[in-house]
Amino acid sequence: MTSRNINFKHRVAVVSAGMTLFRSRMLETPQELAWLAAKQALDEAGLTLKDIDCVVIGSAPDAFDGVHMKGEYLAEGAGGIHKPTIRVFVGGATGVFVPIAAWWHVASGLCKKVLVVAEEKMSHAAKPHTQYVFRYIWDPIVEKPLNPNLIWIFAMEMHRYMYKCGVKKEDIALVSVKNKRNACGHPSAQLCMPNITVDDVLKSEVLVWPVQLLDISPTSDGAVALVLASEEEARRITDTPVWIKGVGWTLDTTHWTNRDLAYPEYVRRAAEMAYRMAGIDNPRKQIDVAEPYDPFDYKELHHMEGLGLARKCEAPVLTREGVTQRDGDLPINPSGGLLGVGNPIAAAGLMKVAEIFWQIRGEAGARQVKKPVYTGLAQAWGDLMQAGTVIVMGI
Amino acid sequence: MTGPTKPINPRGTKYDRVEFPVFEFPVVGKARYNYTTGEALGRFLAGLKEGKILGTYCNKCGRVFVPPRMYCSYCFREVDGWVEARDEGVVNTAVMSYISATRARLERPVAVGVIKLDVPGYQFDDHFFPGLMHYICGASEDDVKSMKIFGARVKARWKPPEQRTGSITDIECFEVARP
Repeated sequence: MTSRNINFKHRVAVVSAGMTLFRSRMLETPQELAWLAAKQALDEAGLTLKDIDCVVIGSAPDAFDGVHMKGEYLAEGAGGIHKPTIRVFVGGATGVFVPIAAWWHVASGLCKKVLVVAEEKMSHAAKPHTQYVFRYIWDPIVEKPLNPNLIWIFAMEMHRYMYKCGVKKEDIALVSVKNKRNACGHPSAQLCMPNITVDDVLKSEVLVWPVQLLDISPTSDGAVALVLASEEEARRITDTPVWIKGVGWTLDTTHWTNRDLAYPEYVRRAAEMAYRMAGIDNPRKQIDVAEPYDPFDYKELHHMEGLGLARKCEAPVLTREGVTQRDGDLPINPSGGLLGVGNPIAAAGLMKVAEIFWQIRGEAGARQVKKPVYTGLAQAWGDLMQAGTVIVMGI
Repeated sequence: MTGPTKPINPRGTKYDRVEFPVFEFPVVGKARYNYTTGEALGRFLAGLKEGKILGTYCNKCGRVFVPPRMYCSYCFREVDGWVEARDEGVVNTAVMSYISATRARLERPVAVGVIKLDVPGYQFDDHFFPGLMHYICGASEDDVKSMKIFGARVKARWKPPEQRTGSITDIECFEVARP
Protein backbone atom coordinates (compact mmCIF):
# COMPACT_ATOMS: atom_id res chain seq x y z
CA MET A 1 0.00 0.00 0.00
CA THR A 2 3.02 2.27 0.37
CA SER A 3 3.38 4.81 -2.35
CA ARG A 4 5.86 3.93 -5.07
CA ASN A 5 5.81 7.48 -6.33
CA ILE A 6 9.34 8.63 -5.56
CA ASN A 7 10.41 9.95 -8.93
CA PHE A 8 11.51 13.56 -8.92
CA LYS A 9 13.87 15.78 -10.85
CA HIS A 10 15.55 17.96 -8.25
CA ARG A 11 16.80 17.62 -4.71
CA VAL A 12 15.20 20.25 -2.50
CA ALA A 13 16.75 22.13 0.43
CA VAL A 14 15.50 24.39 3.18
CA VAL A 15 17.77 27.44 3.20
CA SER A 16 16.19 29.71 5.81
CA ALA A 17 13.40 30.03 8.34
CA GLY A 18 11.52 32.81 10.12
CA MET A 19 9.04 32.80 12.97
CA THR A 20 6.95 35.25 14.98
CA LEU A 21 6.12 35.08 18.64
CA PHE A 22 3.37 32.60 19.49
CA ARG A 23 0.85 34.26 21.78
CA SER A 24 -2.80 33.91 22.69
CA ARG A 25 -3.75 37.37 21.41
CA MET A 26 -1.56 39.29 19.03
CA LEU A 27 -1.86 42.86 17.89
CA GLU A 28 -1.03 42.04 14.27
CA THR A 29 -3.57 40.95 11.66
CA PRO A 30 -3.09 37.53 9.99
CA GLN A 31 -1.55 39.29 6.97
CA GLU A 32 0.86 41.21 9.18
CA LEU A 33 1.90 38.06 11.02
CA ALA A 34 2.51 36.29 7.71
CA TRP A 35 4.63 39.22 6.55
CA LEU A 36 6.74 39.28 9.71
CA ALA A 37 7.65 35.60 9.34
CA ALA A 38 8.12 35.76 5.56
CA LYS A 39 10.37 38.83 5.75
CA GLN A 40 12.54 37.15 8.39
CA ALA A 41 12.98 34.05 6.22
CA LEU A 42 13.84 36.14 3.13
CA ASP A 43 16.32 38.30 5.07
CA GLU A 44 18.05 35.28 6.51
CA ALA A 45 18.48 33.80 3.03
CA GLY A 46 19.71 37.17 1.73
CA LEU A 47 16.87 37.22 -0.80
CA THR A 48 14.14 39.66 -1.72
CA LEU A 49 10.66 38.84 -2.93
CA LYS A 50 11.87 39.36 -6.53
CA ASP A 51 14.00 36.21 -6.19
CA ILE A 52 11.01 34.05 -5.29
CA ASP A 53 9.31 32.04 -8.06
CA CYS A 54 6.30 30.58 -6.25
CA VAL A 55 4.52 30.96 -2.92
CA VAL A 56 2.84 28.22 -0.91
CA ILE A 57 0.55 29.28 1.92
CA GLY A 58 -0.81 27.09 4.69
CA SER A 59 -3.64 27.89 7.03
CA ALA A 60 -6.18 25.69 8.79
CA PRO A 61 -9.96 26.34 9.02
CA ASP A 62 -11.15 29.66 7.61
CA ALA A 63 -13.52 29.87 10.56
CA PHE A 64 -10.71 30.79 12.96
CA ASP A 65 -9.68 33.96 11.22
CA GLY A 66 -13.34 34.61 10.38
CA VAL A 67 -12.28 35.21 6.79
CA HIS A 68 -13.40 32.94 3.96
CA MET A 69 -10.85 32.09 1.22
CA LYS A 70 -8.00 32.71 3.56
CA GLY A 71 -5.32 31.82 1.03
CA GLU A 72 -6.32 34.73 -1.14
CA TYR A 73 -6.64 36.96 1.92
CA LEU A 74 -3.16 36.04 3.21
CA ALA A 75 -1.47 36.16 -0.20
CA GLU A 76 -0.46 39.79 0.14
CA GLY A 77 1.26 39.37 3.51
CA ALA A 78 2.82 36.12 2.34
CA GLY A 79 4.39 37.72 -0.73
CA GLY A 80 2.10 35.97 -3.18
CA ILE A 81 1.01 38.89 -5.35
CA HIS A 82 1.60 38.36 -9.10
CA LYS A 83 3.18 34.95 -8.50
CA PRO A 84 1.94 31.37 -8.79
CA THR A 85 0.45 31.11 -5.31
CA ILE A 86 -1.52 28.33 -3.69
CA ARG A 87 -2.93 27.58 -0.28
CA VAL A 88 -2.98 24.01 0.99
CA PHE A 89 -5.19 22.85 3.80
CA VAL A 90 -5.53 19.53 5.64
CA GLY A 91 -6.61 20.75 9.07
CA GLY A 92 -3.97 20.30 11.75
CA ALA A 93 -1.75 18.42 9.32
CA THR A 94 -1.43 21.59 7.23
CA GLY A 95 1.75 22.85 8.89
CA VAL A 96 3.83 19.97 7.57
CA PHE A 97 1.85 19.78 4.34
CA VAL A 98 2.95 23.32 3.32
CA PRO A 99 6.64 22.40 2.93
CA ILE A 100 5.55 19.13 1.26
CA ALA A 101 3.56 21.10 -1.33
CA ALA A 102 6.49 23.50 -1.72
CA TRP A 103 8.79 20.47 -2.10
CA TRP A 104 6.86 19.17 -5.11
CA HIS A 105 6.94 22.67 -6.67
CA VAL A 106 10.75 22.51 -6.58
CA ALA A 107 11.28 18.76 -7.04
CA SER A 108 9.26 18.83 -10.25
CA GLY A 109 11.39 21.60 -11.69
CA LEU A 110 8.48 24.04 -11.83
CA CYS A 111 9.97 26.57 -9.38
CA LYS A 112 13.52 27.10 -8.13
CA LYS A 113 12.91 29.16 -5.00
CA VAL A 114 9.68 28.94 -3.06
CA LEU A 115 8.48 30.98 -0.11
CA VAL A 116 6.54 28.83 2.34
CA VAL A 117 4.28 30.59 4.84
CA ALA A 118 1.93 29.20 7.49
CA GLU A 119 -0.24 31.43 9.65
CA GLU A 120 -3.05 31.03 12.15
CA LYS A 121 -4.91 33.42 14.38
CA MET A 122 -7.20 31.48 16.69
CA SER A 123 -8.12 34.37 18.96
CA HIS A 124 -10.46 36.07 16.50
CA ALA A 125 -13.13 33.45 17.14
CA ALA A 126 -13.76 34.88 20.58
CA LYS A 127 -17.43 34.26 21.31
CA PRO A 128 -18.73 32.10 22.80
CA HIS A 129 -15.36 30.30 22.63
CA THR A 130 -12.71 29.33 20.09
CA GLN A 131 -13.89 25.75 20.64
CA TYR A 132 -17.23 26.54 19.07
CA VAL A 133 -15.96 26.94 15.51
CA PHE A 134 -14.76 23.34 15.60
CA ARG A 135 -18.44 22.41 15.49
CA TYR A 136 -18.27 22.39 11.71
CA ILE A 137 -15.77 19.57 11.43
CA TRP A 138 -18.27 16.98 12.72
CA ASP A 139 -20.51 15.00 10.39
CA PRO A 140 -23.57 17.22 10.03
CA ILE A 141 -26.08 14.35 10.02
CA VAL A 142 -24.97 11.62 12.42
CA GLU A 143 -22.76 13.57 14.83
CA LYS A 144 -23.59 17.26 15.07
CA PRO A 145 -27.15 16.74 16.43
CA LEU A 146 -25.51 15.26 19.55
CA ASN A 147 -24.04 18.71 20.27
CA PRO A 148 -20.43 17.61 20.48
CA ASN A 149 -17.41 19.46 21.76
CA LEU A 150 -14.21 18.90 19.79
CA ILE A 151 -12.39 17.57 22.84
CA TRP A 152 -14.77 14.59 22.93
CA ILE A 153 -13.08 12.93 20.04
CA PHE A 154 -9.57 13.31 21.42
CA ALA A 155 -10.68 12.13 24.82
CA MET A 156 -12.17 9.05 23.14
CA GLU A 157 -8.93 8.38 21.29
CA MET A 158 -6.82 8.98 24.40
CA HIS A 159 -8.99 6.72 26.56
CA ARG A 160 -8.96 3.95 23.95
CA TYR A 161 -5.16 4.20 23.75
CA MET A 162 -4.90 4.09 27.56
CA TYR A 163 -7.21 1.07 27.66
CA LYS A 164 -5.49 -0.88 24.89
CA CYS A 165 -1.94 -0.16 26.09
CA GLY A 166 -2.58 -0.05 29.83
CA VAL A 167 -1.21 3.50 30.10
CA LYS A 168 -1.77 5.59 33.22
CA LYS A 169 -2.55 9.29 33.20
CA GLU A 170 0.65 9.90 35.16
CA ASP A 171 2.70 8.57 32.26
CA ILE A 172 0.88 10.73 29.74
CA ALA A 173 1.25 13.83 31.93
CA LEU A 174 5.03 13.35 31.74
CA VAL A 175 4.87 14.49 28.11
CA SER A 176 3.16 17.74 29.06
CA VAL A 177 5.73 18.31 31.81
CA LYS A 178 8.67 17.62 29.48
CA ASN A 179 7.41 19.86 26.68
CA LYS A 180 6.30 22.79 28.83
CA ARG A 181 9.73 22.71 30.51
CA ASN A 182 11.54 22.42 27.16
CA ALA A 183 9.67 25.50 25.91
CA CYS A 184 11.62 27.65 28.35
CA GLY A 185 14.54 27.60 25.92
CA HIS A 186 12.45 28.95 23.05
CA PRO A 187 12.39 32.69 22.31
CA SER A 188 8.90 32.46 20.72
CA ALA A 189 7.28 30.26 23.36
CA GLN A 190 3.88 31.06 24.79
CA LEU A 191 4.08 28.71 27.77
CA CYS A 192 7.28 28.21 29.69
CA MET A 193 6.63 26.36 32.95
CA PRO A 194 10.03 25.47 34.43
CA ASN A 195 8.59 24.03 37.61
CA ILE A 196 5.52 22.19 36.31
CA THR A 197 5.00 18.71 37.75
CA VAL A 198 2.89 15.66 36.92
CA ASP A 199 0.77 16.60 39.91
CA ASP A 200 -0.07 20.01 38.38
CA VAL A 201 -1.33 18.31 35.23
CA LEU A 202 -3.39 15.78 37.17
CA LYS A 203 -4.93 18.54 39.29
CA SER A 204 -5.82 20.85 36.40
CA GLU A 205 -9.44 21.38 35.34
CA VAL A 206 -11.09 18.24 33.97
CA LEU A 207 -12.61 19.08 30.57
CA VAL A 208 -13.58 15.76 29.04
CA TRP A 209 -12.19 12.87 31.05
CA PRO A 210 -9.42 11.78 30.54
CA VAL A 211 -8.44 15.16 29.02
CA GLN A 212 -7.55 17.92 31.49
CA LEU A 213 -6.59 21.52 30.86
CA LEU A 214 -2.82 20.96 31.06
CA ASP A 215 -3.04 17.96 28.72
CA ILE A 216 -3.87 20.43 25.92
CA SER A 217 -1.83 22.99 24.04
CA PRO A 218 -2.99 26.61 24.30
CA THR A 219 -4.86 28.50 21.55
CA SER A 220 -2.45 30.85 19.81
CA ASP A 221 -1.72 33.34 17.07
CA GLY A 222 1.48 33.16 15.07
CA ALA A 223 3.24 32.59 11.76
CA VAL A 224 6.27 30.69 10.46
CA ALA A 225 8.01 30.84 7.07
CA LEU A 226 10.69 28.92 5.17
CA VAL A 227 12.53 29.38 1.91
CA LEU A 228 12.96 26.19 -0.15
CA ALA A 229 15.34 26.01 -3.08
CA SER A 230 16.58 23.57 -5.71
CA GLU A 231 20.08 22.14 -5.22
CA GLU A 232 21.80 24.58 -7.58
CA GLU A 233 20.14 27.63 -6.00
CA ALA A 234 20.56 26.34 -2.46
CA ARG A 235 24.34 26.02 -2.89
CA ARG A 236 24.46 29.67 -3.97
CA ILE A 237 22.37 30.88 -1.04
CA THR A 238 24.02 29.03 1.84
CA ASP A 239 26.94 26.80 2.78
CA THR A 240 24.68 24.74 5.04
CA PRO A 241 21.49 23.79 3.25
CA VAL A 242 19.28 21.24 4.99
CA TRP A 243 17.94 18.66 2.54
CA ILE A 244 14.41 17.39 2.44
CA LYS A 245 15.07 13.66 2.21
CA GLY A 246 11.58 12.29 2.26
CA VAL A 247 7.97 13.40 2.38
CA GLY A 248 4.79 11.46 3.00
CA TRP A 249 1.12 12.20 3.42
CA THR A 250 -2.09 10.20 3.70
CA LEU A 251 -5.75 10.67 4.44
CA ASP A 252 -7.97 8.19 6.29
CA THR A 253 -11.78 8.14 6.32
CA THR A 254 -13.89 10.61 8.30
CA HIS A 255 -15.88 7.61 9.55
CA TRP A 256 -13.71 7.46 12.65
CA THR A 257 -16.29 5.51 14.67
CA ASN A 258 -15.60 2.46 12.47
CA ARG A 259 -11.95 1.95 13.38
CA ASP A 260 -9.69 1.35 16.33
CA LEU A 261 -8.44 4.66 17.66
CA ALA A 262 -5.60 3.11 19.66
CA TYR A 263 -3.10 3.24 16.79
CA PRO A 264 -2.66 6.05 14.21
CA GLU A 265 -2.76 4.33 10.81
CA TYR A 266 -2.73 7.71 9.08
CA VAL A 267 0.71 8.44 10.52
CA ARG A 268 2.12 4.97 9.79
CA ARG A 269 1.26 5.17 6.12
CA ALA A 270 2.58 8.72 5.73
CA ALA A 271 5.78 7.75 7.56
CA GLU A 272 6.29 4.68 5.36
CA MET A 273 6.13 6.85 2.29
CA ALA A 274 8.61 9.38 3.70
CA TYR A 275 10.99 6.69 5.00
CA ARG A 276 11.04 4.87 1.68
CA MET A 277 11.99 8.09 -0.08
CA ALA A 278 14.63 8.90 2.52
CA GLY A 279 16.07 5.37 2.56
CA ILE A 280 15.22 4.81 6.21
CA ASP A 281 14.51 1.26 7.32
CA ASN A 282 15.10 1.60 11.06
CA PRO A 283 13.68 4.97 12.18
CA ARG A 284 14.44 4.34 15.84
CA LYS A 285 18.18 4.21 15.01
CA GLN A 286 18.35 6.52 12.01
CA ILE A 287 16.32 9.50 13.25
CA ASP A 288 18.39 11.66 15.62
CA VAL A 289 15.67 14.07 16.72
CA ALA A 290 11.92 14.24 16.07
CA GLU A 291 9.16 16.78 16.39
CA PRO A 292 5.93 14.75 16.32
CA TYR A 293 2.66 16.66 16.57
CA ASP A 294 1.62 17.19 20.19
CA PRO A 295 -1.54 19.32 20.52
CA PHE A 296 -2.46 16.86 23.29
CA ASP A 297 0.15 15.11 25.43
CA TYR A 298 -1.01 11.57 24.53
CA LYS A 299 -0.66 12.50 20.86
CA GLU A 300 3.13 12.64 21.15
CA LEU A 301 3.14 9.01 22.37
CA HIS A 302 0.56 7.92 19.83
CA HIS A 303 2.50 9.53 16.99
CA MET A 304 5.88 8.14 18.11
CA GLU A 305 4.33 4.71 17.70
CA GLY A 306 2.81 5.53 14.33
CA LEU A 307 6.19 6.86 13.17
CA GLY A 308 7.94 3.67 14.24
CA LEU A 309 10.08 5.58 16.76
CA ALA A 310 8.61 3.28 19.40
CA ARG A 311 6.88 -0.08 19.17
CA LYS A 312 3.14 -0.23 19.84
CA CYS A 313 2.45 0.79 23.46
CA GLU A 314 6.17 1.41 24.06
CA ALA A 315 6.25 5.23 23.85
CA PRO A 316 5.12 5.79 27.47
CA VAL A 317 7.93 3.51 28.64
CA LEU A 318 10.55 5.45 26.65
CA THR A 319 9.16 8.69 28.06
CA ARG A 320 9.28 7.45 31.64
CA GLU A 321 12.87 6.28 31.16
CA GLY A 322 13.93 9.74 29.95
CA VAL A 323 14.83 8.56 26.43
CA THR A 324 12.73 11.38 24.92
CA GLN A 325 14.29 14.19 26.98
CA ARG A 326 16.36 16.83 25.24
CA ASP A 327 19.54 15.11 26.45
CA GLY A 328 18.13 11.61 25.93
CA ASP A 329 18.92 8.99 23.35
CA LEU A 330 15.94 9.97 21.18
CA PRO A 331 15.00 13.61 21.87
CA ILE A 332 11.32 14.22 21.13
CA ASN A 333 10.00 17.78 20.83
CA PRO A 334 13.10 19.48 22.29
CA SER A 335 11.54 22.78 21.15
CA GLY A 336 8.68 22.44 23.63
CA GLY A 337 6.25 21.45 20.88
CA LEU A 338 2.71 22.69 20.70
CA LEU A 339 2.21 22.05 24.41
CA GLY A 340 4.91 24.59 25.22
CA VAL A 341 5.64 26.85 22.25
CA GLY A 342 1.95 27.14 21.39
CA ASN A 343 -0.57 25.96 18.83
CA PRO A 344 -1.42 28.39 16.02
CA ILE A 345 -2.52 25.33 14.04
CA ALA A 346 -0.81 25.54 10.64
CA ALA A 347 2.04 27.69 11.97
CA ALA A 348 2.64 25.17 14.78
CA GLY A 349 3.22 22.38 12.25
CA LEU A 350 5.62 24.50 10.21
CA MET A 351 7.36 25.53 13.43
CA LYS A 352 8.30 21.85 13.83
CA VAL A 353 9.92 21.81 10.41
CA ALA A 354 11.77 25.05 11.23
CA GLU A 355 12.95 23.50 14.51
CA ILE A 356 14.40 20.48 12.72
CA PHE A 357 16.13 22.91 10.32
CA TRP A 358 17.67 24.78 13.28
CA GLN A 359 18.59 21.55 15.09
CA ILE A 360 20.40 20.18 12.04
CA ARG A 361 22.28 23.47 11.56
CA GLY A 362 23.19 23.58 15.27
CA GLU A 363 21.37 26.90 15.67
CA ALA A 364 18.78 25.93 18.25
CA GLY A 365 20.67 27.54 21.14
CA ALA A 366 19.31 26.40 24.49
CA ARG A 367 17.05 23.91 22.71
CA GLN A 368 19.92 22.22 20.88
CA VAL A 369 19.93 18.50 21.65
CA LYS A 370 23.04 17.06 23.23
CA LYS A 371 23.91 14.58 20.50
CA PRO A 372 24.94 15.30 16.92
CA VAL A 373 21.99 15.67 14.57
CA TYR A 374 22.26 14.32 11.04
CA THR A 375 18.65 13.37 10.39
CA GLY A 376 15.46 14.82 11.85
CA LEU A 377 11.75 14.35 11.40
CA ALA A 378 8.66 16.55 11.72
CA GLN A 379 5.09 15.31 11.62
CA ALA A 380 1.60 16.75 11.88
CA TRP A 381 -1.89 15.33 12.02
CA GLY A 382 -5.30 16.80 11.38
CA ASP A 383 -9.06 16.55 11.12
CA LEU A 384 -11.07 13.62 12.53
CA MET A 385 -8.08 11.30 13.14
CA GLN A 386 -7.42 11.17 9.45
CA ALA A 387 -4.70 13.36 7.88
CA GLY A 388 -1.04 12.50 8.40
CA THR A 389 1.95 14.47 7.06
CA VAL A 390 5.62 13.57 7.59
CA ILE A 391 8.87 15.17 6.48
CA VAL A 392 12.40 13.80 6.93
CA MET A 393 15.31 16.23 6.70
CA GLY A 394 19.05 15.78 6.87
CA ILE A 395 22.49 17.09 5.95
CA MET B 1 26.79 21.79 18.78
CA THR B 2 25.14 24.89 20.16
CA GLY B 3 25.33 27.93 17.91
CA PRO B 4 23.25 31.09 17.91
CA THR B 5 19.64 30.77 18.97
CA LYS B 6 17.17 30.92 16.11
CA PRO B 7 14.78 32.57 15.60
CA ILE B 8 16.47 35.77 16.64
CA ASN B 9 14.15 38.33 18.26
CA PRO B 10 10.92 36.92 16.85
CA ARG B 11 8.57 39.83 16.29
CA GLY B 12 4.91 40.07 17.16
CA THR B 13 3.10 42.01 19.81
CA LYS B 14 0.84 40.66 22.47
CA TYR B 15 -2.07 42.85 23.35
CA ASP B 16 -4.13 43.15 26.46
CA ARG B 17 -7.80 42.52 25.86
CA VAL B 18 -8.76 45.47 28.03
CA GLU B 19 -6.47 48.07 26.53
CA PHE B 20 -6.60 47.32 22.85
CA PRO B 21 -9.75 48.07 20.86
CA VAL B 22 -11.10 45.16 18.84
CA PHE B 23 -13.56 45.29 16.02
CA GLU B 24 -16.45 43.02 16.80
CA PHE B 25 -18.51 41.61 13.98
CA PRO B 26 -21.39 39.38 15.03
CA VAL B 27 -23.07 36.95 12.67
CA VAL B 28 -26.04 38.90 11.35
CA GLY B 29 -29.40 37.15 11.25
CA LYS B 30 -29.75 33.41 11.66
CA ALA B 31 -27.52 31.54 9.23
CA ARG B 32 -28.80 27.97 8.89
CA TYR B 33 -27.81 25.05 6.70
CA ASN B 34 -30.10 22.52 5.05
CA TYR B 35 -27.86 19.46 4.77
CA THR B 36 -28.70 16.88 2.12
CA THR B 37 -29.15 13.47 3.72
CA GLY B 38 -28.18 11.66 0.52
CA GLU B 39 -29.03 8.11 -0.54
CA ALA B 40 -27.43 6.08 2.23
CA LEU B 41 -27.96 8.36 5.21
CA GLY B 42 -31.49 9.23 4.04
CA ARG B 43 -32.48 5.60 4.34
CA PHE B 44 -30.56 5.30 7.63
CA LEU B 45 -32.51 8.21 9.15
CA ALA B 46 -35.81 6.76 7.89
CA GLY B 47 -34.82 3.50 9.59
CA LEU B 48 -34.19 5.27 12.89
CA LYS B 49 -37.71 6.64 12.75
CA GLU B 50 -38.93 3.03 12.65
CA GLY B 51 -36.61 2.00 15.45
CA LYS B 52 -34.07 0.25 13.20
CA ILE B 53 -30.34 0.78 12.79
CA LEU B 54 -29.54 0.11 9.14
CA GLY B 55 -26.21 -0.48 7.47
CA THR B 56 -24.78 -1.57 4.14
CA TYR B 57 -22.28 -4.29 3.24
CA CYS B 58 -19.68 -5.01 0.61
CA ASN B 59 -19.33 -8.66 -0.47
CA LYS B 60 -15.91 -8.09 -1.98
CA CYS B 61 -14.11 -7.06 1.23
CA GLY B 62 -16.75 -8.22 3.71
CA ARG B 63 -17.04 -4.86 5.47
CA VAL B 64 -20.31 -3.76 7.07
CA PHE B 65 -20.89 -0.02 7.17
CA VAL B 66 -22.80 1.69 9.97
CA PRO B 67 -23.31 4.62 9.39
CA PRO B 68 -24.11 3.32 5.89
CA ARG B 69 -22.44 4.36 2.63
CA MET B 70 -23.89 3.73 -0.84
CA TYR B 71 -20.39 2.77 -2.05
CA CYS B 72 -17.60 0.74 -0.48
CA SER B 73 -14.89 3.33 -0.01
CA TYR B 74 -12.21 0.60 0.10
CA CYS B 75 -13.18 -1.39 -3.03
CA PHE B 76 -14.66 1.69 -4.69
CA ARG B 77 -17.72 -0.13 -5.94
CA GLU B 78 -21.41 -0.01 -5.12
CA VAL B 79 -22.37 -1.82 -1.92
CA ASP B 80 -24.20 -5.13 -2.30
CA GLY B 81 -27.14 -4.43 -0.07
CA TRP B 82 -28.60 -3.46 3.28
CA VAL B 83 -28.40 -5.14 6.70
CA GLU B 84 -30.10 -4.37 9.96
CA ALA B 85 -27.80 -4.03 12.95
CA ARG B 86 -29.16 -4.92 16.38
CA ASP B 87 -29.73 -1.91 18.60
CA GLU B 88 -27.20 -3.45 20.98
CA GLY B 89 -23.46 -3.63 21.16
CA VAL B 90 -20.40 -3.08 23.31
CA VAL B 91 -18.63 0.08 24.39
CA ASN B 92 -15.44 0.53 22.35
CA THR B 93 -14.38 3.75 24.05
CA ALA B 94 -16.05 6.15 26.46
CA VAL B 95 -15.36 9.53 28.03
CA MET B 96 -17.00 11.84 30.55
CA SER B 97 -17.68 15.37 29.32
CA TYR B 98 -17.70 18.16 31.89
CA ILE B 99 -18.09 20.92 29.30
CA SER B 100 -20.70 21.89 26.71
CA ALA B 101 -20.22 22.53 23.00
CA THR B 102 -19.40 26.14 23.86
CA ARG B 103 -16.94 25.06 26.56
CA ALA B 104 -19.27 26.17 29.38
CA ARG B 105 -19.04 24.04 32.53
CA LEU B 106 -21.88 21.48 32.66
CA GLU B 107 -23.85 21.08 35.87
CA ARG B 108 -23.81 17.32 35.49
CA PRO B 109 -21.21 15.54 33.36
CA VAL B 110 -22.39 13.31 30.50
CA ALA B 111 -20.87 10.08 29.25
CA VAL B 112 -20.31 9.66 25.52
CA GLY B 113 -18.57 6.97 23.55
CA VAL B 114 -18.33 4.78 20.50
CA ILE B 115 -20.65 1.77 20.41
CA LYS B 116 -19.52 -1.23 18.39
CA LEU B 117 -22.81 -2.69 17.12
CA ASP B 118 -23.83 -6.32 16.71
CA VAL B 119 -24.94 -7.44 13.26
CA PRO B 120 -26.41 -10.96 13.20
CA GLY B 121 -24.36 -13.28 11.01
CA TYR B 122 -21.20 -11.14 11.10
CA GLN B 123 -18.10 -11.07 13.31
CA PHE B 124 -15.93 -7.97 13.70
CA ASP B 125 -12.47 -7.32 15.10
CA ASP B 126 -11.32 -3.94 16.39
CA HIS B 127 -9.77 -2.99 13.08
CA PHE B 128 -13.03 -2.15 11.28
CA PHE B 129 -16.53 -2.45 12.69
CA PRO B 130 -20.02 -0.92 12.53
CA GLY B 131 -19.92 1.86 15.12
CA LEU B 132 -21.80 4.94 16.22
CA MET B 133 -20.94 7.78 18.56
CA HIS B 134 -23.64 8.37 21.14
CA TYR B 135 -24.47 9.21 24.73
CA ILE B 136 -24.11 6.40 27.24
CA CYS B 137 -26.66 6.40 30.04
CA GLY B 138 -26.57 4.54 33.29
CA ALA B 139 -22.78 4.88 33.60
CA SER B 140 -21.33 6.55 36.68
CA GLU B 141 -18.26 8.79 36.61
CA ASP B 142 -16.35 5.96 38.22
CA ASP B 143 -17.49 3.44 35.58
CA VAL B 144 -15.93 5.66 32.92
CA LYS B 145 -12.83 6.78 34.84
CA SER B 146 -11.95 3.24 35.94
CA MET B 147 -12.53 2.01 32.35
CA LYS B 148 -14.95 -0.62 33.68
CA ILE B 149 -17.31 0.62 31.00
CA PHE B 150 -15.04 -0.61 28.19
CA GLY B 151 -16.49 -3.76 26.69
CA ALA B 152 -19.76 -3.35 28.60
CA ARG B 153 -22.95 -4.35 26.76
CA VAL B 154 -25.30 -1.49 25.95
CA LYS B 155 -28.73 -1.26 24.33
CA ALA B 156 -30.38 1.70 22.59
CA ARG B 157 -33.03 3.61 24.55
CA TRP B 158 -35.42 4.83 21.86
CA LYS B 159 -37.70 7.83 22.00
CA PRO B 160 -41.42 6.94 21.77
CA PRO B 161 -42.34 6.41 18.07
CA GLU B 162 -44.50 9.56 17.89
CA GLN B 163 -41.57 11.74 19.02
CA ARG B 164 -39.09 10.42 16.45
CA THR B 165 -38.07 12.77 13.67
CA GLY B 166 -35.62 10.70 11.64
CA SER B 167 -32.48 11.84 13.45
CA ILE B 168 -29.63 10.23 15.38
CA THR B 169 -31.34 11.74 18.43
CA ASP B 170 -34.30 9.33 17.93
CA ILE B 171 -32.03 7.20 20.08
CA GLU B 172 -31.82 9.01 23.40
CA CYS B 173 -28.73 7.12 24.48
CA PHE B 174 -27.21 3.67 24.76
CA GLU B 175 -28.06 2.25 28.14
CA VAL B 176 -25.71 0.00 30.08
CA ALA B 177 -27.26 -3.46 30.44
CA ARG B 178 -27.28 -4.45 34.10
CA PRO B 179 -27.12 -8.20 34.72
